[in-house]
Amino acid sequence: MPTFTFTLNGATTTVAAAGDEPLLWVLRDLLGVTGPKYGCGVGVCKACTSHLDGAAFNPCVTPVSACAGRQVTTIEGLANGDTLHPVQQAWIDEDVAQCGFCQPGQIMAAAALLAANPNPTDADIDALENVCRCGTYVRIRKAIHRAAT
Amino acid sequence: MLDRHMISRRRVLAYLVAAPTLTMVVKTIDDFGYGIGLVAPEPAGASPGVANVVDLTDALTLAALPTAYLLKVEVTANDRVVVHVPRAEVGQGITTAMGIIAAEELDARLDAVDVVLDDARPELLWNQLTGGSNSVHSLYTPMRTVAAAARARLVTAAAQRFGVAASTLTTRNSVVFAPDGRSATFGSLSAAAAQVAVPAVPATPKTVDRFTRIGQPTTRLDARDIVTGKATYALDLPVAGAPTVVARPPTIGGSVRAVDDAAARAMPGVLGIARIPTGVAVAATTFDQALAARDALVITWDAGPNAGLSDAQIRVKLEAAAAPFLVPPLGVLAVDRTFNFSFAPHAPLEVLTCVADVRADRAEIWFGAKSPIIAGQRVADAVGLPADKVTLHVVRAGGSFGHRLFFEPAIEAAQVSKALNRPIKLMWTRNDDMRHGRMRPASHHKVRATHLLGNVLTYEHRHATLPVDFSHGLGEALSGVGFDILHAGATQTVFQLTQTVPDNFGVATQLLSDVPLAFPTGSWRSIYSGQTSTVNEIMVDEIARAMRVDPLAFRRQKLSSSRTKAVLDKVAAAGQWGRSMPAGTAQGIAIHEEYKSVVAYLVEIDCRDRANPRVTKGVCAVDVGRAINPRGLEAQMQGVLVDGLSMTLQAGLHIDNGAVREGSYSDYRFARMANSPRQVDVYVMPPTGEPGGAGELGFPAAAAAVANAYARATGTTPFSFPIAG
Ligand code: FES
Ligand code: FES
Repeated sequence: MPTFTFTLNGATTTVAAAGDEPLLWVLRDLLGVTGPKYGCGVGVCKACTSHLDGAAFNPCVTPVSACAGRQVTTIEGLANGDTLHPVQQAWIDEDVAQCGFCQPGQIMAAAALLAANPNPTDADIDALENVCRCGTYVRIRKAIHRAAT
Repeated sequence: MLDRHMISRRRVLAYLVAAPTLTMVVKTIDDFGYGIGLVAPEPAGASPGVANVVDLTDALTLAALPTAYLLKVEVTANDRVVVHVPRAEVGQGITTAMGIIAAEELDARLDAVDVVLDDARPELLWNQLTGGSNSVHSLYTPMRTVAAAARARLVTAAAQRFGVAASTLTTRNSVVFAPDGRSATFGSLSAAAAQVAVPAVPATPKTVDRFTRIGQPTTRLDARDIVTGKATYALDLPVAGAPTVVARPPTIGGSVRAVDDAAARAMPGVLGIARIPTGVAVAATTFDQALAARDALVITWDAGPNAGLSDAQIRVKLEAAAAPFLVPPLGVLAVDRTFNFSFAPHAPLEVLTCVADVRADRAEIWFGAKSPIIAGQRVADAVGLPADKVTLHVVRAGGSFGHRLFFEPAIEAAQVSKALNRPIKLMWTRNDDMRHGRMRPASHHKVRATHLLGNVLTYEHRHATLPVDFSHGLGEALSGVGFDILHAGATQTVFQLTQTVPDNFGVATQLLSDVPLAFPTGSWRSIYSGQTSTVNEIMVDEIARAMRVDPLAFRRQKLSSSRTKAVLDKVAAAGQWGRSMPAGTAQGIAIHEEYKSVVAYLVEIDCRDRANPRVTKGVCAVDVGRAINPRGLEAQMQGVLVDGLSMTLQAGLHIDNGAVREGSYSDYRFARMANSPRQVDVYVMPPTGEPGGAGELGFPAAAAAVANAYARATGTTPFSFPIAG
């Protein structure tokens, strides 16, 4: 079994896995990192959204081999210790979550959006594809605007 | 029909439990006996319908006959208040609502309250069902009672410590204060309070004018856990278990004829393969390995009973089954319409999952169960254990919308764990969830209204659908208040209990016809109302159009409930009903009354791109009697509008030769950000009474308001849902 080394939430991590194993299952089943959620496994629900070198990506359709030598950040690694990322704080301030299952992915998508585009328009926010079955979109939108200010 | 005399007051009694720290429980006792007072409704169901007298909220609440304790409150030595609740948290916010009520009556700090979901507790018989939007309604008074009783004992213990009269003490932020400035934390008083048999101050709940927390907008207690990824769902639990998936038949109700698993067994990481009644299970070291091995199985399937059935044939059966009208058409004075709804999945974002550890003499199950007692019992049956050897932990779930009333994953997981002799973590894939999960059944509706001189003389609604499966225990709850479900059937009972025509429409009848087809069905957010009441609210607009009157004015004239008129007026004013809008855009309005609550929606839609209509704005007014947490209530009303617009405009399932066509969110087009309104304003009405239900309340009004807006924007009333086909 080959091994792959990458930076996971700031820590150097080495894991033995088949190279084509999707990172989602490496994280969840081998490394016990359960913040990224499975909602579809084929890149359409965005529940697993995390960051690869700071950009949003979907570990369910990204093989672990593609992450070697790179920076992987999951929802667990977004805050700076006890200090929440502004997007996480905005999510609490707007009381966004219902069941919460989509929210790690929503937050990671929003954080990546704001990193690339510090003042997104409503049309920019419309481009986010993450599904929220509880229908929290209107609060997500408000939280993104709040985090942007 | 109901004998009103048999509805008696509930008595709610708190008890002190012998324990080292203060622990109190509460029981509810109804004065009426078991099995009297209610009989099955007449199948012919005359207006006003049973539901006006006692709706499902009453039936579920009255079912709380004295059994074991309902709620438990503990005050720990380290100053936490731990509240145990026999319900499931699926995002509806019940844990936060219960925490608010407990903190209110205890005068505890809200951040010192921990709300714990009970394991399955068979001694509760039928009072551990999370459904019917009933939880706050049924637990409000018991929670207030037990928390107030705990506070009285803490105050009494402080009075003894300080040597002052208990009546001079005050409580605030989990501390008891004496007039001389001395104080004691709840935690420091808990052991002494546990010895207080009879409190020295009244143990009665506050009068509502003294509420400081109930009714205040409050952020979810678990908000920080959710945004940091710490909130755990079944598959996130730190419990050992092999990732497991199941190969399932291509058709609904199909089964394995033969399987060759030689290749699969040789795949990397495979830990075991087991045939179970619903398919072939594969356990491996990772889910990816399990999925790869599942795909390497060579299975011959029997197609099962639905093989030849597609939407068109099902539609024909439904149309044929709808009961005939009794009133002949009166030419231009009759408004005859038919409506069709597709099958719909619940599609919660968390797929069905379960962790199971079945041993020779016991089993432990972790499952997001809304009916955990029967789930545990069925697990015990499935693996041949006595029921009391199965422990079922109710875990947080990523949405339900009715999906988690049933428990197939718990049974499957237990079967696999037993067969492989190891703990396993079962996951239904999204394909599994959408193609084999329970669904809101397709339905056909025909409606005839007759009218003369501005009055509706008769209103007949015929609803034909597949039987909704209530075997998770709703029928049991109803039988608890004396319904003879064998007389008319559970579906008729629930239909007649929940379905009313809120308008003064003369002689109104609504009849349900079941077409028994072997599809897995289940309650879907608001059960029958999601179709029946949605149709009724579209019909209100249709009748108004036929009479050439404004739909808002027509509703105001025909509605009898002052609460409903109030929410309607609120959205009309706040949403500027009738404002001038560009061609191709329009407003729509609708109301719904259920669960002892009322709601109105006004939406605006933009249909200028006919292929992609978008709801651009929502205005909602809601009266739930008394909102425990207006911020959570607002969230439910915002979310259910997304549900309503999805189901009305774009999201549904298709059946092709006994199989569900859609497999994921790519083809099941539940709304995303770009399909959702940028603004949804929710007005929570001032308290009008005791708390009613909220989680399902908004759906019919939201769905119908969108349909009515679409009709006004395009000039074409939609009769088939989703409109996109
Ligand atoms: S699970 Fe990765 S996009 Fe759905
Ligand atoms: S909060 Fe439940 S799916 Fe988004």
